[in-house]
Amino acid sequence: MTHLLAAPIIVPALAAALLLVLHRARIAVKRTIGMGATVAVAVAALAILTETRSGAPLVYRLGNWPSPFGIVLVADHLSAFMLLLTASLALAALLYAVQGWDARGKLFHPLFLFQVMGLNGAFLTGDLFNLFVFFEILLIASYGLAMEGLEVERLRATLHYAAINIAASSVFLIAVSLMYGVMGTLNMAHLAERVGEVRIEDVGLVRAAGLLLLGVFAVKAAVFPLYFWLPATYSHAPAPVAALFAVMTKVGVYAMIRVTTLIFTGGESDVMELTSPWLMPVSLITLALGTLGALGAQRLATITAYLTIASVGTILTGVAVGGGKGLAAALYYMAHSTIAIAILFLVTDLLGRNRGAMGDQLHPGPPLRQAVPLGLTFLFGGATVAGIPPSSGFLGKLMILHSTMNGLSVVLIWTVILVTSVLTLVTCSRAGSIVLWNHIEPDQLAHDRPPRAGEWVALAALAGCSIGLVIFAAPIAHYTGEIEVQLTSPGSYIHAVLESAQDDFIRPHAMGGVR
Amino acid sequence: MELVMAVGIGIMTACAVYLLLRGRTFSLVLGLSMLSTAGNLFIFSMGRLRPGVSPIVAAGTEGYADPVPQALVLTAIVIGFGMTGFIMALAVRIRLQTGSDHVDGLEPMPERRPEQGS
Repeated sequence: MTHLLAAPIIVPALAAALLLVLHRARIAVKRTIGMGATVAVAVAALAILTETRSGAPLVYRLGNWPSPFGIVLVADHLSAFMLLLTASLALAALLYAVQGWDARGKLFHPLFLFQVMGLNGAFLTGDLFNLFVFFEILLIASYGLAMEGLEVERLRATLHYAAINIAASSVFLIAVSLMYGVMGTLNMAHLAERVGEVRIEDVGLVRAAGLLLLGVFAVKAAVFPLYFWLPATYSHAPAPVAALFAVMTKVGVYAMIRVTTLIFTGGESDVMELTSPWLMPVSLITLALGTLGALGAQRLATITAYLTIASVGTILTGVAVGGGKGLAAALYYMAHSTIAIAILFLVTDLLGRNRGAMGDQLHPGPPLRQAVPLGLTFLFGGATVAGIPPSSGFLGKLMILHSTMNGLSVVLIWTVILVTSVLTLVTCSRAGSIVLWNHIEPDQLAHDRPPRAGEWVALAALAGCSIGLVIFAAPIAHYTGEIEVQLTSPGSYIHAVLESAQDDFIRPHAMGGVR
Repeated sequence: MELVMAVGIGIMTACAVYLLLRGRTFSLVLGLSMLSTAGNLFIFSMGRLRPGVSPIVAAGTEGYADPVPQALVLTAIVIGFGMTGFIMALAVRIRLQTGSDHVDGLEPMPERRPEQGS
């Protein structure tokens, strides 16, 4: 199983390439290939999760080059967790899409798989430059997916989204090369070793590079003040794509966690401690503004987009609390919020489709068919996001609140999180009551495109995941606790990447570098 | 040479930011490609500027140029080129569909200046 780590990247890449060749094939063929590849990715993610259970990170050296020189893929607990989350979400989103969405654009399936490939690569890669490359892969796929159908609104939102991300990518490159210029490596484990040996006159450069990196990740994660691209992009994207995008902001959060726990940990001196003065205020402001945006939004999709921003704020609050259960709580909340936001995006699409020209705007519209199941699903999504007990949102928020117990800013954090929860509840109840209960033209039933069975299956699967997060809260919280332990003592990660290289140091020459 | 390079990259970045902040898609595309070019030059210079040496360590040669930034810059150029091509196609498409090359797809309300933009 040595090549297992490459599977989540190789499988979707090959399948997407195959789909590009077969772009004239019947839609059933495309669906089979797309679905097969996504299932394979999910299986690989599960396998990686079981393989990493022992605690030692798995390292895969491409071409078997020794570690600081070659490219590595690394799977520790955090990577495995994110892979599984992405794969579950991708499966549900694809299941929803194959009910008809995917027929609108010829390239839906290859782009979807390239997006999954980029996400998986970003979670697995062990060096900064490849993180950049995988970010670009997932971004360019997401541009294509976001403008599926080529409506003007979508094109305009995609232009803004693409422009800010291309600019951010340039900054990313500058930060990465600055790190290379000072420390002479891009391997993250190697950087973690070298960051302690930086000469005193170069410390400023490394700090600048680190802050630039964090700024770029903040753009991806849609953190205040860099979130303005998100609401338009997400609310105009097709529903299954928006559901998959729910995990895209989390890539930014993942990268932030990875870099701050591995490289800029502080160590003996806190010269490299870059985030602590910024992260907490910024995440609380993100949470507050996201919630206020949702409260003021006029469309269901825009509400969900703003709730995505709020969820990033909540996660980063946990990350800012850091060790002592803060990170573990944040990771549990990450799993919960990704799934809950995806549910809301999908149910928004179903509601909007059944209201004729009114769409998902917050105006009274024609009465809905299947109003009861749709309403219950919306209620479920809204209650989960707001954090009503016994939903997974409640448990996630409780864990984050609990982790702040012995901090100084406990009053501020509790106030912001609890008030925003109430405001989220107000937002969802207001939206739900307008869309579901306020009717005009009571005798004219809207029946544009009623929900199909497969779409209900996709939603039920996501709801099942959300309920699973509640039922298996103890083992999952235990697992996120293990992730936190592994992250706060990065020795094992560094050891796994670099020590295995020491053993092999002679071997590439002896064996011609190929095994 | 270092000074010329540094000042050049700085001026280029400043121009790119100015262009990025303008309201027309044409200047946006120019700004983005200029920014990525400035970034590429920056990567290149991070391998230290050493004229006249090859990126190969061989017996009898003095010094060598760091090959890693050269490889990185190649990747970055390819990606930047693809992204520029994409956003250019997107800008043209929006221009065709909305009849305006403003980044919001609408002409701003107060007095129109036809000579502005490209």
